[in-house]
Amino acid sequence: MRGQFLPLALVRPNREVSLMAVTGGQGLRRRLNDMGLSKGVKFKVIHASAVGPCIISLGNSRLVLGRGMAQKILVKEE
Amino acid sequence: MSKRLTIALAGNPNSGKTTVFNSLTGSRQHVGNYPGVTVEKKEGNLNYKGYEITVIDLPGTYSLTAYSIDEIVTRNFVVEEKPDVVIDVIDASNLERNLYLATQFMELEVPLVLAFNMFDVAEKQGLAVDKKRLSELLGCPIVFTVATKKTGITELLEEAIKLKEGPVILKKVRLDYGREMEEEIKKIGDILTEDRVLTQKYASRWLAVKLLESDSEVIKKAKASLHAGRVLEQTEKSINHLKNIFGDNPEAVIAERRYGLISGACSEAAQRTYELRHTTSDKIDKVLVNRVLGLPIFLGLAWLLFRFVFGFSQPLMRWIEIGQAWLQQLAGSFLPEGSVIQSLVVNGVIGGVGSVLVFVPVIFLLFLVMAILEDSGYMARVAFIMDRFMHKLGLHGRSSIPMLLGFGCTLPAIMAARTIDDQKDRLVTILVNPFMSCGAKLPFYALFIAAFFPGRMAGNILFSLYMLGIIVAIIMAKLFRRYLFRGPANPFVMELPPYRMPTLKGLLIHMWERGVVYLKKAGTVIFIGCVLVWFLSNFPWDPQRSMQNSYAGKIGRAIAPVFKPLGFNDWRLSVGLIGGFIGKEIVVGTLGTLHSVDQAGNGATSLREVLQNQTQADGSKMYTPLVAYAAMVFVLLYIPCIAVIGVIKKETNSWRWPLFTVFYTTAVAWIVALIVYQGGRLLGLG
Repeated sequence: MRGQFLPLALVRPNREVSLMAVTGGQGLRRRLNDMGLSKGVKFKVIHASAVGPCIISLGNSRLVLGRGMAQKILVKEE
Repeated sequence: MSKRLTIALAGNPNSGKTTVFNSLTGSRQHVGNYPGVTVEKKEGNLNYKGYEITVIDLPGTYSLTAYSIDEIVTRNFVVEEKPDVVIDVIDASNLERNLYLATQFMELEVPLVLAFNMFDVAEKQGLAVDKKRLSELLGCPIVFTVATKKTGITELLEEAIKLKEGPVILKKVRLDYGREMEEEIKKIGDILTEDRVLTQKYASRWLAVKLLESDSEVIKKAKASLHAGRVLEQTEKSINHLKNIFGDNPEAVIAERRYGLISGACSEAAQRTYELRHTTSDKIDKVLVNRVLGLPIFLGLAWLLFRFVFGFSQPLMRWIEIGQAWLQQLAGSFLPEGSVIQSLVVNGVIGGVGSVLVFVPVIFLLFLVMAILEDSGYMARVAFIMDRFMHKLGLHGRSSIPMLLGFGCTLPAIMAARTIDDQKDRLVTILVNPFMSCGAKLPFYALFIAAFFPGRMAGNILFSLYMLGIIVAIIMAKLFRRYLFRGPANPFVMELPPYRMPTLKGLLIHMWERGVVYLKKAGTVIFIGCVLVWFLSNFPWDPQRSMQNSYAGKIGRAIAPVFKPLGFNDWRLSVGLIGGFIGKEIVVGTLGTLHSVDQAGNGATSLREVLQNQTQADGSKMYTPLVAYAAMVFVLLYIPCIAVIGVIKKETNSWRWPLFTVFYTTAVAWIVALIVYQGGRLLGLG
């Protein structure tokens, strides 16, 4: 599995990942960008779920990503 | 005349912006709205070194795109009102991300001061900043602040005054987007400069960058320009050209450059050793947002707070009522018995003021609790915990608190909807909130259930009413989402701030400013409404005070046929329902008066018997259990009280939504009660 893109929703907690792509629309991409989630950025998954929201640790902050968004964010496990 | 200085305060949510605002202005604040939108506008004043300084607290934003109404408001304010100085409050523990907003103020070319807030926390984590060097790299002065301890606040003012008085010492930094991008920016910018009207207000370079970012608001502005065709044509050409070069949207490249500038500057002038400040927070979160424990803990806590707010406010409300009754008696004894003036003062004015004041304890206590939840950081967790459930209602987790509060009192619940930052979600939450059965409807249920559903049925009937309210709210929320507030749901991305101990001063300020808004704005509407209803129920003047012949009585009789299909054959009920517009608890009182029940005695019990035995002309019972149930359904769903209408007016900043609420809730109530009654008859229940 190492090196492959997978949706954030499938990552197990406490894994470090890099953001590789966002499959959503422009609005979502822009929003994520504003929050510091740009391509290549590394973060840690704290709480992931396919149906509910996720929590990630980015730099020094914790972000909640709404339901469904975790399906649209493709990451690579480090 | 003293000199004037306006400072706009900007910053990310959770950067401590509000604390900086409070430290700057103390209690000299007032809250209003930005024209035409529901975004709150907070202003405060202070005097410093001969300057009369006005500080405007802009909404917390991450960026200045046209993503949300908050961002548009912030941007428009800075561009159109041209404050003398913008102070961007930055969470020092989170420099890189917070500076992203700063780069956008730099693009707007506004006089900018950066406040690196909560610097003590960041220092503890090993952050070391070369202030002089970083100021040079970013082209604006930096002040280290700890707003909770008032550190750095005067220094902020000093820097602001320096910027106002000039000469500017620091060289402005212009963000370089790279050769290819700059070429396109120049091409678009050149066409834009031909439109003097537009570029007088906005820097042409900024407009060009925003066009390349496909900013919807700026595109709208460009379309209104004299050279709209050429501008848009060039923009499209440039975007396609850049897409070919970078293999990505120009806006992604632009964002990358901004982050590039930031990380370049930070790596040169800010060192840090990572030591996450969230360790304690994460430990608490292990329990509070736990998959299994999170929801029960939240519901338990909500229940406790609910009990606290409504429990503590009840005795206070009773005192206000006692005080009101005493005042009414006093005023009544001074004024001529049975005169118009006596009735106006006693029932109209004092009664009207009383119905405004009686909500004060519950509202202030509620806002205190809300402030604790928000300032401690738990509110953001609630949104997370409830998100999955609220999604089924077509809403986000943020709506859960207002919906729960609705079971106590709709009025503070609607005010609590302010914490929802998505405007569509907020409106839907406000519009469906009246269906959450509030406490004032209980006396009516109590009367009718006691009269027609004795014994073990009682609890189930009451429960079914609450459930019906929730179901109607869900259906209406879905309908509104689909037809009224269409468009994709905004992506729900939110920061979880670390848990913090709220400060007493912060809590009191938050409670006070929101409570005062209620008193000032909603209070006037409620008061006028009460006097109006007093007029309707007392005129044409009749010293005997029989409401039967008043305008309200006449209206009641006139609209009685409307209720016929619902099975209500009692004109007194129609009058009572009209009276319920002041407050739902009034319906029972009006019914009692009109049925001329001996109020001195055990009012409710005797009224119960009267209702049970009331017959129609043909000898059949006026109220059957089915009719009673339909009546309760109608009371549950129909028009919220006038106080709620006043608050909806205040909160949405227009008459459109309160009027809409009046009509749609009544229509829903009529239809559902009709289904209940006619359906029940078909099933042979009545």
